Amino acid sequence: MTKSLKYMIALSAWLAAQPALAALNVLACEPEWGALAKELGGDKASVYVATNALQDPHHIEARPSLIARARNADLVVCTGAELEVGWLPLLQTQSGNPKIQTGQPGFFEAANYVVKLEVPRLVDRAQGDVHPGGNPHIHLSPYNIEKVATALAGRMAQIDDKEAAHYQARIRSFLERWRQAIVKWEKEGAPLKGMPIVVHHKNMSYLNDWLGMREIGELEPKPGLPPTASHLSDLLSRLGRDPAKAVVRAAYNDPQAAEWLSTRAKIPAVTLPFTVGGTDKAKDLFSLYDDTLARLLAVAK
Amino acid sequence: MFKRKLIALAVALALPGAALAQDADLAKIREEIRQLKGTYDQRIEVLEQRLKEAETKAGKAEQSAAKAETAATQASTRTASENSFNPAVSLILQGTYANTSQDPNTYQITGFVPSGGEVGPPKRSFSLGETELAIAANIDPYFRGVAIASLAPDGGVEVEEAYFQTLALPRGAILKGGRFFSGIGYLNEQHQHTWDFQDAPLVYKAFLGNQLKQDGVQLKWIAPTDLLLEFGVELSAGDQYPGSDRNKNGIGGNALFANLGGDIGASTAWRVGMSYLSASPNDRPYTDTDSLGGPVTNSFTGTAKLAGINGVLKWAPNGNPYYYNLKLQGEYFRLKQNGTLTYDDAGGSNVFGTVSDYFISDQSGWYAQGVWQFMPRWRVGYRYDQLNFDTLSNGIVNNALGPTAADFPVLASHSPTRNTLMFDWSPSEFSRLRLQFAQDKSRLGLTDNQVFLQYIYSLGAHGAHKF
Repeated sequence: MTKSLKYMIALSAWLAAQPALAALNVLACEPEWGALAKELGGDKASVYVATNALQDPHHIEARPSLIARARNADLVVCTGAELEVGWLPLLQTQSGNPKIQTGQPGFFEAANYVVKLEVPRLVDRAQGDVHPGGNPHIHLSPYNIEKVATALAGRMAQIDDKEAAHYQARIRSFLERWRQAIVKWEKEGAPLKGMPIVVHHKNMSYLNDWLGMREIGELEPKPGLPPTASHLSDLLSRLGRDPAKAVVRAAYNDPQAAEWLSTRAKIPAVTLPFTVGGTDKAKDLFSLYDDTLARLLAVAK
Repeated sequence: MFKRKLIALAVALALPGAALAQDADLAKIREEIRQLKGTYDQRIEVLEQRLKEAETKAGKAEQSAAKAETAATQASTRTASENSFNPAVSLILQGTYANTSQDPNTYQITGFVPSGGEVGPPKRSFSLGETELAIAANIDPYFRGVAIASLAPDGGVEVEEAYFQTLALPRGAILKGGRFFSGIGYLNEQHQHTWDFQDAPLVYKAFLGNQLKQDGVQLKWIAPTDLLLEFGVELSAGDQYPGSDRNKNGIGGNALFANLGGDIGASTAWRVGMSYLSASPNDRPYTDTDSLGGPVTNSFTGTAKLAGINGVLKWAPNGNPYYYNLKLQGEYFRLKQNGTLTYDDAGGSNVFGTVSDYFISDQSGWYAQGVWQFMPRWRVGYRYDQLNFDTLSNGIVNNALGPTAADFPVLASHSPTRNTLMFDWSPSEFSRLRLQFAQDKSRLGLTDNQVFLQYIYSLGAHGAHKF
């Protein structure tokens, strides 16, 4: 036992002596924040994204690779609003990293910087997997991205103060291009105003709020519960009276339910990237919005 | 106009007689220009003033808009789900309907020293399982506290875990103290209601009394590598099986463990680990029956060393476990005990009284299980358990001190096996119903065919998904 203990101490000492990387180590919970961190960090930030666009962030586990990344992170950028409540707290408590504990600068929750929609009056699990703080899928409104980006750049400059000027320059450049893009998107997206749609999960609320689309039903009977045959039949008959233009799902949602409804209601099924990487074209935040709008406009006619 | 005046001037200058008249004209032109300039200057000044006012107003409007937004954001932002004033509270409800072909009260794992934990199957017919109450919160920037109490169906509250852990130690170190599930193995740290089967693997029942709890401290260190590499050391009172209550100063038991884990692509995550546990039980008792049917109390004093390896692999398409996922896990342990066994039938047949001699055992066991979610909410799982009797040397019998092998029925040579099959249905991530079938050959010469129907519900704060 003493021998193994000695080995452990020697290994620890050697590992501890390894030099730290110069870059700001960022662990982003979702691809949208990873993309934002890359825009603002440039070559001064090394960004690892915990989930990919084909994963449902509600159902992630605190797996070993994430614990290791959390241990080494200088900054963790997540949505908050309990979207990652199933795994993020474990990353904080199991990683041995004081920088990313709640309340520390290394812990950034994007949802704190935006006004959230659908704050429930009744917080009860009988309503499904509701989020007490409001709808956490905040990244599909470009104004939210703007607010989060400003706050994130400030936070990065605070943690990596030697490179503060770099982050300030990056946010200025980003905001200039982003604001121009918003003007372009709002003009392009005008035909979508008032378009009635059915969504898979209540994760499109901010997109609808921005573009003026009307969400008239969900494939899930309650948030977080998988679509059931009886609920889909009810929805189909409801659409007979109040038709929708399209069934919209995120790339990580199973296509089955959307295709079922699309065939029977004779409306197109639209797959949105939902986040960066969800489709081939959605490579960064700009192209995420470009591709989202293009796919919606294709069925708006 | 100016040009004409210029020509007029030139002409006027050319005529000497009109010199004075030209001077007057010049003065008049200069005066006009000056007046014009004055007017324009005034107008520009007024315009500049208005522009300044407009800019200030716009600036103020922007500021108040920003303030309104901040207020709205703050109003709509709730504090995080737990803070140091409102801990996360959650409750687990569980119960079982059990059908067993053998009497659960006669349960034993023949071939192995009884570990004293509640290792038997649940009571026949309906029975309530343990109701678990968990309370956790950050205490301050430096510490976090967790307490998990289980309310036993027959009354009484047992403390499963009650510990503090550090949040602010640098360089990947975490210190935990109090009572906690030991970090050895893979399943040991998982709470029973998160298990994929109603009961623990045989090797956990035989070597760890279901699950090993440590009263002591654990220091864990996570290396700064991209692969998860963590090491842990535990120092404890060593009073849980294979240790015992010692009433001695100093450290009663210790444990070491090391884990390595990572991803393979986006779909697969894995972890392997090895562990070592050492205890020095002092008069660790267990009860048995002698060949005449009378009760016997035996106790062991000596050393117990447990070494093990474990592995778990999880697969889901693109790493999204919502629709399909597969989990494979397996663990192997080897327990060596070396010391003195004391036989005491004074409380029963009283044929031999108290007899002591050496006791040396070197036994092992393992399990392997796989769980496959074949559609949302539905999973099927299979587990195989194997215990190996290997070597068990009882000096009292070998040296013919009186009691024979028949007086140590629980230590008869036997390598138990068990096959378990389960189906579970989870309407949401907070509720689960499980149907489990098992063919349990823990008892020598007997097979227990078990059917369990189990429910598990959790309410309150969202639990975290441990890997």
